[in-house]
Amino acid sequence: MNEIEENKIISEDTNSDDMKVLGDLTSSEYKWGFITDIESETAAKGLNEDVVRMISKKKNEPEWMTEWRLKAFRYWQKMEEPTWPNVHYPKIDFQDISYYSAPKQKPKLNSLEEVDPELLKTFEKLGIPLEEQKLLSGVAVDAVFDSVSVATTFRESLKEKGIIFCSISEAIKEHPELIKKYLGSVVPYTDNFYASLNAAVFSDGSFVWIPKGVRCPMELSTYFRINSQETGQFERTLIIAEEGAYVSYLEGCTAPIRDNNQLHAAVVELVTLDDAEIKYSTVQNWYPGDKEGKGGIYNFVTKRGACRGKNSKISWTQVETGSAITWKYPSCILQGDNSIGEFYSVAVTNNYQQADTGTKMIHLGKNTKSTVVSKGISAGYGNNSYRGLIRIGKNAEGARNYTQCDSMLMSDKCGAHTFPYIEVENESSKVEHEATTSKIGEDQIFYLNQRGISTEDAVNMIVNGFCKEVFKELPMEFAVEAQKLLAISLEGSVG
Amino acid sequence: MDNMEHKSANEWYVSKFKVFEDKLNGQSKSFLHDIRKNALNNLVELSFPTNKNEEWKYTNVAPILKHNFLPAIISTLPKIKKEETKQFLFKNFDYHLVVFVNGLFAEELSEIGHLPKGVIVDGLNRIAKNNPGSIDKYINKLSKIDNAFNALNTAYSYDGLVVIVPEGIVLEKPIQVLYLNSSKNDLVLSLPRNLVVAGKNSQVSVIANYHSYGDKTYFSNIITEVYAEENAIVDLYKTQNENDESYHIEKVQAIQKKNSVFNHYNINFGGAIVRNDINTMHDGQNVETHYYGLYLAHGKQHVDNHTFIDHAKPNCMSNELYKGILDDNSRGVFNGKIIVRQDAQKTNAYQQNKTILLSKTATIDTKPQLEIFADDVKCSHGATVGHLDDTSEFYIRSRGVPQELAKSMLIRAFANDVIDTVKIEPLKEQINHMIFEHLHRVEVENK
Repeated sequence: MNEIEENKIISEDTNSDDMKVLGDLTSSEYKWGFITDIESETAAKGLNEDVVRMISKKKNEPEWMTEWRLKAFRYWQKMEEPTWPNVHYPKIDFQDISYYSAPKQKPKLNSLEEVDPELLKTFEKLGIPLEEQKLLSGVAVDAVFDSVSVATTFRESLKEKGIIFCSISEAIKEHPELIKKYLGSVVPYTDNFYASLNAAVFSDGSFVWIPKGVRCPMELSTYFRINSQETGQFERTLIIAEEGAYVSYLEGCTAPIRDNNQLHAAVVELVTLDDAEIKYSTVQNWYPGDKEGKGGIYNFVTKRGACRGKNSKISWTQVETGSAITWKYPSCILQGDNSIGEFYSVAVTNNYQQADTGTKMIHLGKNTKSTVVSKGISAGYGNNSYRGLIRIGKNAEGARNYTQCDSMLMSDKCGAHTFPYIEVENESSKVEHEATTSKIGEDQIFYLNQRGISTEDAVNMIVNGFCKEVFKELPMEFAVEAQKLLAISLEGSVG
Repeated sequence: MDNMEHKSANEWYVSKFKVFEDKLNGQSKSFLHDIRKNALNNLVELSFPTNKNEEWKYTNVAPILKHNFLPAIISTLPKIKKEETKQFLFKNFDYHLVVFVNGLFAEELSEIGHLPKGVIVDGLNRIAKNNPGSIDKYINKLSKIDNAFNALNTAYSYDGLVVIVPEGIVLEKPIQVLYLNSSKNDLVLSLPRNLVVAGKNSQVSVIANYHSYGDKTYFSNIITEVYAEENAIVDLYKTQNENDESYHIEKVQAIQKKNSVFNHYNINFGGAIVRNDINTMHDGQNVETHYYGLYLAHGKQHVDNHTFIDHAKPNCMSNELYKGILDDNSRGVFNGKIIVRQDAQKTNAYQQNKTILLSKTATIDTKPQLEIFADDVKCSHGATVGHLDDTSEFYIRSRGVPQELAKSMLIRAFANDVIDTVKIEPLKEQINHMIFEHLHRVEVENK
């Protein structure tokens, strides 16, 4: 009987002066909004079997892959768009979206010098120049620029270790046996509406395979960017860690200012075998729409990891500050005995942003453990929902879960909601869940003001403290970026 | 298959309405009958909930629907002697006694006794006949029909408890209401329609005590409406100890005006499928709501508690504590919803649900849910699921306590938080006794 100590968070009166000061703070324009002028090859709007075939053909895919896509497409046609999440948006016209966009085909490149200088400039503006990444941080970057992988670094040094890190289209051609074995094995094409759509039209994505016993020597990273107007981006990521392998994977996103809503329906599949570990970190900062809630990305993502082997571990860390709508539940299926699932999340909604996010931890194996820490911050008119499922199966002897979800409210027009589902079928397991919701502490702001810290900085400090448990899970470079992002997304929001 | 049962259940209950109407003997012109007829239309349109309905996700009602239950008023009533009711009552304190048999007021079994002037404690049918003006502004004004079960209760609403305490009166003795249900020749559908009104500055406490007479299947489908006016204090105890073949569904709908206090105690022992919906709406500031729940289940019992507190006004507080003890193949469901509306600043809302699983095959599905639209609030919820702590058990046993007793002590300690909140001392004792009786375990005396 482990009992929860109720967290009581103190909240004080609204101080209207503070509100004003904070209200006056600039509500900054989206700092990373710009459009790169590169000729891109875009398919006409609409979706039918021909479009699916066309995408497959463009990518020179083998016949079995085309068939798989078509199966997914046919299944998708029969499905209904889900409406259960706690988010509201105009109905998406799936025929009004272009499903393929790629920068004009260039010859294969071996070094950065050969990459289109325009592209490199884009990355520089993002603050993540490839050279710097390469030289300073030792991060290998598989840069995805509007769906097509354009530059892959560090591949040579990874190759020595036997690690495969390439675009998924390349993997389909070069490692069909791995793709056949694992693609769709965690998120089948029948899984849900957006996963089926993704399976039919996915443009590109990353593929990682870590061989038995290898510890990946560097953090692998992919930067996604949505560039062409009205192009849905359908990424597909597949990471496999063989017995005893370890990999840390980073995913980060920014996108330019747009008026039309863009749909992003990605699928991420992770597989860990015996004693393997995958750490997957995300910083998501896509265009959230303007202050009236116009535009912005719809981020409907299916992320799931399967701990297939004994003692394996999958850890999700996410910082979600962007997108008009975020709707995703990175999940872990804990099949192997003693396997571990973790989920650390910070989700920020400002202005008219909406987020319905959380996790699913499915405990199947014996002595499986899961930890969920979710921090939601709502400001402006934002609505932030935590929706999580903890399921302890009949055979999950000694399973253990700890869930904590805290919400912070920064305006009287925003909302914070929690929908935790707990299903326990095994008596030897222990499940704990606790949640708190409260206002940002006016007394804390006052305390910091007293010490000469501006209200803006004070809010940042408090928010950073609130999210600390999650940030400490991020790789160092990301943690710094995440703190900056949080500060930017909350500018002008308190009050 | 489910849908077939759902559909035919609707048809069955709609088809019996004519027989029911004929039985009413010219009362079909009362205000109650308009309500019934509207509800019948709802019953035609609404279907019984399936697992696809989020509110009924974990509770399958198909086993209830496969029986053709007959509303009590058109079935044969069992004859029960007064001495026989004694065994079901809570004892050792003074109370006003009201007895219902199959949801129908049994005057000969009741002992209402002396009541302060203006206080009404009676059966709905009698009040509707003799004094409709005292209830027509309350009945069916709170409870909205949102599924076929409450449409069914409303369409056949005929009798039930009516308690009206006028302004300024504090009712010293609690009202003990014994609901005895029994199927004899027919499968009985008991449909109590209860109303509790506490006027300004009044205080009342009601003990609703549900029991079975015999061990046959029947179905209780109850609606209780509670009005707590300004400064009123209402304590509503529910203890449900029916047989394991019976089905029990209750919806409590309460409204609270400013400065009022509503304490709801929900203690469930029996029933094959039990579902409680306890909803409170705040309609004034400085309101206090307390929900306490304890559910024990064994065998194949299924107990589902849904609670809802609607914080619509500022400066209110709610506190909720639900504990479950599940044994054998039983299944528990808890769904606690709290909404804090945009205007409801300075809300404090706390909620806890804790469950112990005593056997390998018991299961629990719990969903504490917060929806918060105001910013100046303090809200928290917690949920735990676990088993009896091995180290604690070892500690007790190492002091020479036999295993069974050690287990019982831990169960007793677990339930204590809830039992301790019961304000009537003898009631506390008797509930404690019922826990061990129900779980077939060695009893631990209340201290």
